[in-house]
Amino acid sequence: MPLSISLITDTVMTPSVRLQEMIRVIRSARTQGEERGIIQKECADIRAQFRQSDNGERSHSLAKLLYVHMLGYPAHFGQMECVRLIASPRYSEKRIGYLGAMMLLDEKQDASLLITNSIKNDLSHSSQYVQSLALCTLACMGSAEMCRDLAPEIERLLRASNSYIKKKATLCAVHIIRKVPELAELFTPSARSLLSEKNHGVLHGAVVLITELCEHNPDTLDQFRKAVPELVQIMKGLVTSSYSPEHNVAGISDPFLQVRILRLLRILGHNNDTASDAMNDLLAQVATNTDSSKTAGSAVLYETVLTIMDINSESGLRVLAVNILGRFLLNNDRNIRYISMTSLQKIVQSDHNAVQRHRGTIVDCLKDQDTSVKRRALELSLALVSAVNIRSMMKELLIFLSTCPPELRSQTTSGIFNAAERYSPSKRWHIDTILHVLTTCSFTRDAFWNLVMLSHFFNLSSQQPLVQVACWCIGEYGDLLLKGECEEIEPVQVTEDDVLDALETVLQSHMSSPATRGFALTATMKLSTRITDNVDRIRSIVSIYGSCIDLELQQRAVEYNALFKKYDHMRAAVLERMPVMDKNSPGHTNGDTSGENKEPDPSKPKPVEAGLLSEPASQSVQLQMKAPSGNVIPAHGLGQVTQTVVLNNPNKASLPCLFLCSCLSH
Amino acid sequence: MIKAILIFNNHGKPRMSKFYEHYTEDTEQQIIRETFHLVSKRDENICNFLEGGLLIGGSDNKLIYRHYATLYFVFCVDSSESELGILDLIQVFVETLDKCFENVCELDLIFHVDKVHNILAEMVMGGMVLETNMSEIITQVEAQGKMEKSEVRAAPLSYLLEF
Repeated sequence: MPLSISLITDTVMTPSVRLQEMIRVIRSARTQGEERGIIQKECADIRAQFRQSDNGERSHSLAKLLYVHMLGYPAHFGQMECVRLIASPRYSEKRIGYLGAMMLLDEKQDASLLITNSIKNDLSHSSQYVQSLALCTLACMGSAEMCRDLAPEIERLLRASNSYIKKKATLCAVHIIRKVPELAELFTPSARSLLSEKNHGVLHGAVVLITELCEHNPDTLDQFRKAVPELVQIMKGLVTSSYSPEHNVAGISDPFLQVRILRLLRILGHNNDTASDAMNDLLAQVATNTDSSKTAGSAVLYETVLTIMDINSESGLRVLAVNILGRFLLNNDRNIRYISMTSLQKIVQSDHNAVQRHRGTIVDCLKDQDTSVKRRALELSLALVSAVNIRSMMKELLIFLSTCPPELRSQTTSGIFNAAERYSPSKRWHIDTILHVLTTCSFTRDAFWNLVMLSHFFNLSSQQPLVQVACWCIGEYGDLLLKGECEEIEPVQVTEDDVLDALETVLQSHMSSPATRGFALTATMKLSTRITDNVDRIRSIVSIYGSCIDLELQQRAVEYNALFKKYDHMRAAVLERMPVMDKNSPGHTNGDTSGENKEPDPSKPKPVEAGLLSEPASQSVQLQMKAPSGNVIPAHGLGQVTQTVVLNNPNKASLPCLFLCSCLSH
Repeated sequence: MIKAILIFNNHGKPRMSKFYEHYTEDTEQQIIRETFHLVSKRDENICNFLEGGLLIGGSDNKLIYRHYATLYFVFCVDSSESELGILDLIQVFVETLDKCFENVCELDLIFHVDKVHNILAEMVMGGMVLETNMSEIITQVEAQGKMEKSEVRAAPLSYLLEF
């Protein structure tokens, strides 16, 4: 009887073997396209299998489908199969069905409701492994409705079953509470009695459940404070490590359970003297006796420190805790250094002085090769900046900025600016710092905006060159200021009006020197090609200054006006952004160019040259911008930065070169 | 809470992926890709913690990973988990795989991914740590395996009887 023999052969194979065959075939594909083709064929086979009513093949097919799903191919057509397989009486089929449900079903699909009944039945199954499948699935993907339906079952299992099931039922209860918080009351009574279990798995689950209950409801939290002595007893047992040798990890007895209990103690002791007192001794014992040479010990010690800092502990204990963190900072293991900085970050507000003692080590961590450690060190360093240490800290931060990885750059600059604003010892130091940042890192919005605000703030007293730089920057990079890519978490919102306001303030202030005003006017003009909404405002500003008493300003304004009217088509080209400076190019220094250029005399105002503004230039005229003569504005008006312009005019068209030179001379 | 557990190789090919929150298939694949991208950039002797990617939760989440030969084991967790604890958990997971497969290698994971899921189901449930005692885990996994095999052996008789 060949038919039945082949059936025997088929069903003797567990789902794994068929799956392996398919995996082998998929792996033999040499290209992505080939793999896609193989998988499409397999899926077609699987679909055909699902349509047949033959029982033996379905679990194999679903196993294959789940593999295909892991690789990223669509598998939604298997959802109903999961439902069918879960309802099967056979363990192997249930198992793959439940796995499929966890991978393919979620609350949004109707199919998930259909399995509620199967789960209910399986929760009372005679085999604990079937019960466990149901519990696992409910905890993974149970919707609020399913949870409501099945909560009483879970509660029953919490009280009356073996430890294997109890352990799973407790975690399932946690999931239920997360989905349906009102059901928390249902589990509160049984949770407390679970603490007297000996099995570590159940204890662990119980502590997690109690933690969840306490976090949900302050009244429950009060109730469970009475359990502190019991928890302390359990911990003591674990610490003296005679409790359970099989849970030993690197000499620490069940560190996972210890960590959980410590966390719960933290919640129970927070803001409560009685509870805190009850755990003081224990915490001291754990802090001094735990061997932290391996990760397991460090995990427990670290959790102990966090608990000490978060409850109302004695001051001696707190000092001990911070010192442990300080020791962690010096540990060779980077993971431990990272962890200690995370915890120092949590307590830097409340125990600022204690953390300050470790400032040196923290600042050293800025030089670590690991980006994660650097990030932590940066945040902590910024939190530790104070009026007392601003100078030395800023030095370190600026050194860090010059070598820091790009993803930390904007955070560093924001931090530096904030610190500078709050604690700078003098204005000059403040400006130096900002300029240092500007020259160290490439353009950041934040940097320039700070510069603008700073010049605004100083009200243009003696810092004319600074204001001139700020104006130039705004004019040149105004569009980036307004809409540049934002790496910062909270971008500074800069509107066009803000920018124009800043420039107008400079223009109108009686403390601005004429040169500064010139900068501001030019910058305003440049913005006309870089902004979109407020061009009219610029036009009106420019036309007002057309009747200004200051000759220089008047000349510029008149010429800019012409740029708006008759020579509007040239405006964009004339006001284009300067190209990046190439230090080796021939035009770098003054006087080294050919063609038309003007070198403004530093001691005299620019000469007014009479000249007719003739016809607009033909297309063949090219403007070649040479490099500016320097990239730093010299202090106190000594010398000027000159931007030379080469006009290539092969057709000898006559040009309004006058206005070109004066508006480009900065 | 553990949001996801991913195992992929040095080229980013997924060997096992378990998500404890629901994401669409596309998002799941994106998460795997993004995680691989972040983790593969790391040098060997720097710390095993990464601030998480953008897709899987936000600033609350971390990636805790270990690199063994050709495989990355990555746990995406939120701040309620102890980082050092999870690091130890990964170690326990790998040691358990080693015991169950006898000197586990990547090929074992490739061809027996369902078994890996079964082992993991005894350690982590609903995004929470369930059991960390290796011998307990192995005992349960073996018992369940026996149950499956015993069912299969019984099957041929019943099919024959149907004819």
